[in-house]
Amino acid sequence: MGAALTRSAQWTAAGHGARALETTPLNEAILKEIIVFVESSIYKHPQEANYVFVEPLEWKTNLDPSAFGSGYVVSETTVKSEEADKNGQPLLFLSVPQIKIRSFGQLSRVLYIAKNTKLKEAQACIEANRNPIAKILGLDYNMINEINEDSSVLTILDKITKDDDPESEIKMKIALLLKQLDLHLLNRSLKNISLEIRLNPGTVKNDIELLKRFSGKGEQTALESIEYTSDYEFSNGCRAPPWRQIQGEICYVLVKPHDAETLCITCSKEGVFLNGGKTDDEGEINYERKGEIYKDLVTLLREKSAIFSENMSQQEVRFNEEQQKEKDQPNEAPEEEAATLHKASTAFRRSALEKKQVSLGRSQMTKRLEPSLNWKTTVDARENKSSLRDTQEEKHGGRLEKSRPSTSPGRAQLIRKSAEKIEEIISESSSESEEDEEPPDHLQESNADLPSEYWQIQKLVKYLKGGNQTATAIALCSMKDFNLAQETCQLAIRDVGGLEVLINLLETDEVKCQIGSLKILKEISHNPQIRRHIVDLGGLPAMLNILDSPHKSLKCLAAETIANVAKFKRAWRAVRRHGGITKLVALLDWRQHSTEAARRSLYEARDGEVARCGALALWSCSKSYANKEAIRRAGGIPLLARLLKTSQESTLIPVVGTLQECASQENYRAAIKAEGIIENLVKNLSSGNEHLQECCAMAICQCAEDEETRDLVRLRGGLKPLASLLSNTDNKQRLAAVTGAIWKCSISKENVTKLREYKAIEALVGLLTDQPEEVLVNAVGALGECCREPEGRVTVRKRGGVQPLVDLLVSTNRALLVNVTKAVGACAVEPESMMMLERWFVPLLVVWSLLSIY
Amino acid sequence: MNRKKLQKLTDSLTKNCKHFNKFEVKCLLNLFYNLVGDVTEWQSVVVGLDRNAFRNILHVTFGMTDDMIMDRVFRGFDKDNDGCITVSEWVHGLSVFLRGTLEEKMKYCFDVFDLNGDGFVSKEEIFHMLKNSLLKQPSEEDPDEGVKDLVEITLKKMDHDHDGKLSFADYEQAVREETLLLEAFGPCLPDPKSQKEFEAQVFKDPNEFNEV
Repeated sequence: MGAALTRSAQWTAAGHGARALETTPLNEAILKEIIVFVESSIYKHPQEANYVFVEPLEWKTNLDPSAFGSGYVVSETTVKSEEADKNGQPLLFLSVPQIKIRSFGQLSRVLYIAKNTKLKEAQACIEANRNPIAKILGLDYNMINEINEDSSVLTILDKITKDDDPESEIKMKIALLLKQLDLHLLNRSLKNISLEIRLNPGTVKNDIELLKRFSGKGEQTALESIEYTSDYEFSNGCRAPPWRQIQGEICYVLVKPHDAETLCITCSKEGVFLNGGKTDDEGEINYERKGEIYKDLVTLLREKSAIFSENMSQQEVRFNEEQQKEKDQPNEAPEEEAATLHKASTAFRRSALEKKQVSLGRSQMTKRLEPSLNWKTTVDARENKSSLRDTQEEKHGGRLEKSRPSTSPGRAQLIRKSAEKIEEIISESSSESEEDEEPPDHLQESNADLPSEYWQIQKLVKYLKGGNQTATAIALCSMKDFNLAQETCQLAIRDVGGLEVLINLLETDEVKCQIGSLKILKEISHNPQIRRHIVDLGGLPAMLNILDSPHKSLKCLAAETIANVAKFKRAWRAVRRHGGITKLVALLDWRQHSTEAARRSLYEARDGEVARCGALALWSCSKSYANKEAIRRAGGIPLLARLLKTSQESTLIPVVGTLQECASQENYRAAIKAEGIIENLVKNLSSGNEHLQECCAMAICQCAEDEETRDLVRLRGGLKPLASLLSNTDNKQRLAAVTGAIWKCSISKENVTKLREYKAIEALVGLLTDQPEEVLVNAVGALGECCREPEGRVTVRKRGGVQPLVDLLVSTNRALLVNVTKAVGACAVEPESMMMLERWFVPLLVVWSLLSIY
Repeated sequence: MNRKKLQKLTDSLTKNCKHFNKFEVKCLLNLFYNLVGDVTEWQSVVVGLDRNAFRNILHVTFGMTDDMIMDRVFRGFDKDNDGCITVSEWVHGLSVFLRGTLEEKMKYCFDVFDLNGDGFVSKEEIFHMLKNSLLKQPSEEDPDEGVKDLVEITLKKMDHDHDGKLSFADYEQAVREETLLLEAFGPCLPDPKSQKEFEAQVFKDPNEFNEV
């Protein structure tokens, strides 16, 4: 019954001193069950009823000594039972108000005597003896129960055969009886809980608010819109008119999913269902139920809209991310706790899942169960230990001191165990908070019924674990056939322990298994949670070791997987610490490989491919400052420069990407200039690949802070392709990069002259409307530079650029405003523009007020 | 020792073998005669490696363990089916075994897996080859359940025409999609490491077998 007591019984929330059971129907039900069990023990299990407990159960009773009759030696303040154990100790000893009982028989008699106050006595007993099993059977039995819940029966049976003590057999029977009781209690409480699933205005409101946050236009949202039909909220939280509230209805919502007609939904206490819809003329709602009743809004919408359920699973990640961010804010104390709780509740949910306990109405269930979680996690364990003791001592005025040593081991052990658990949770969450960009663990809590892929993947992982290399290879190939881009499959692999096995396989010297495993890891590492797990499991060092392998395709796969995994701080650090940067840089040295004898083999890839994958991995890693330095020190720049000379777009993109990422460092820019990289960047601006063009433009934008570089861009003829790219406005990212490059280049006067030649100013003016902010910032910045010369100003004015510039003054983007004011200021030097500007005198005032701000 | 004859044999074998150069063929010949051992007999009687000697090589040098597969590899080498691998079978076999193109290796592996040589790898044959591939779980009712499931998985993956057995076309298509399936039912090619070691030992040390 340990499990039932800790899991289901509702203890009062965290606090000091002895915890009390709340008076809830659920607790009452549990207590009643226990009472029935104890009372019936006398005639159902007479032998067991005589068993003497290892330690007495003791609590403060309200029973009067006078209530005890025959079979007891009664004095004024004490009662002793005539029934005694082998050593002559009475099985029941009452010394007002403390009572000690050492057998089920006596327990049931006490309950009999208590009559009406039975429930109170049982409650007091349970409260005072938080771990009754340990006391009844002794510690080792308790351990069995606590640790090995599922196999405990087996273990016990195992023990029985070893132990020939006659008493142990009876102990065993009792252990089994208690186990049965425990199960019974759990089932019972589950029944109680499931009965209580009812919606209330609060939960409905929360649901709707949450969904509102995830609705709107665009692909990523879960819904197009969700609205109440009525703005008026009654004081009880309902929005339904009073005459409908009587029916238990809470509110009505209009939901427009992406892939279906607007749904008019009634939320009532019984559940959520489609109603007859809004009648067009008067806005009245046809209240009649038209569809099935669902347990909540989300379930209904999942059923009705495929896009909703798909997007919702992604939103969950994002939502968690938000929570994570909140957690990272400085005032951590309460939030930290909340996060821990959240963590703990997911952990709990997972354990529930793993044990395959009944999964009905999970979200509600966990909600109901939260009080017990509070008890488990929020209290600092050590404090709890001492405070528990302190307060109890206070309460009992030290009277209990004598018996303390005998009772404390069990309790201390229990507490220590939970302390470990809590420490684990805390350390986990603290390690997480370092990396701001990673969402915490989340479980697909909403899909209670696991998809068939889950079971198939579980089976395959079993074969991976227990198969020889042939079976492993087959299982890997089969696993690869699943849609690994799908989150369900990714998480299924993680949840059944597949990641551990896959990473283990990397450490074997079986090339086929390594290849198969990497192929899978490469795909699933697109998922941020999986990445984090891979790093946690030490996957990065394993992959870095593979980089030393002579097999090129293996190297490629490893590098590509690293490129996917190394997307956050801890991973970057891990790569660097394990010497990964040097190894990855070595991959770039494709000439070195090409000198090797070209040997035909099954597992070979082209040399260029190795370099490409190396560059990909470096690109991912180069987001961290320390890694940029490491790449430079490992001699990466000349190698990257050499790779730039290839004509292979797939290789060029990561190479330029890495360079562009690194160009934020001063010493890189110098090296880039020295290595003659600019020339190649300019050349690739004219390539056919948009992504490559974007990367090159970004790199030029970064490097053009330097005057010499700006000149180089001009001398290498880079301005013309840049200007011509302005005319293609479809790819906004590329446009932002190109305008950025033009802005930085236009800081040099010679460049402005050239740009004018290429009609770039006209094109830039054209970009002042209907563009995303990042394009606007750069375009306006470039115009500001161009307008420093009279010709530029004239062009801007003639092209009608002044008006849109002034319009942009109302923007709220700081960077944009700075650039706009600069540009307008530059234009204002021109008398004619000034005249135009005067027409918008008020905006001009804005300019001045803004200028005074900056 | 008949140097002239050996020279002639080397030349003729080199001509017919596309993956080895003359030096390598010579090394292989040396190794072969070293393994066969009996120098006096080789001119009169058909000389070659018998099944056990060959299996011993596969086991010791290439780390193969599966008896059934090793037998099949022997049959793969022993083209004329006379129970003994002659010198030319040795060189040709190793040519595919060590350096074969994907096509050659597919053909070779398929022949190895086609236990009864009827041109198809049947369900029963797959089961036979995979039956020891999984750790037996004593708790399961049917210890072969996992293996049966594995057979179904491979068939599902490779049996493109759904006739319940693998033709060479099925096998070829599957391997071209996923090279890992080349040795789908058991290792019958040298793993890269032992292959490298073998070649390093045999080809880089021409003097070792010179006394033959």
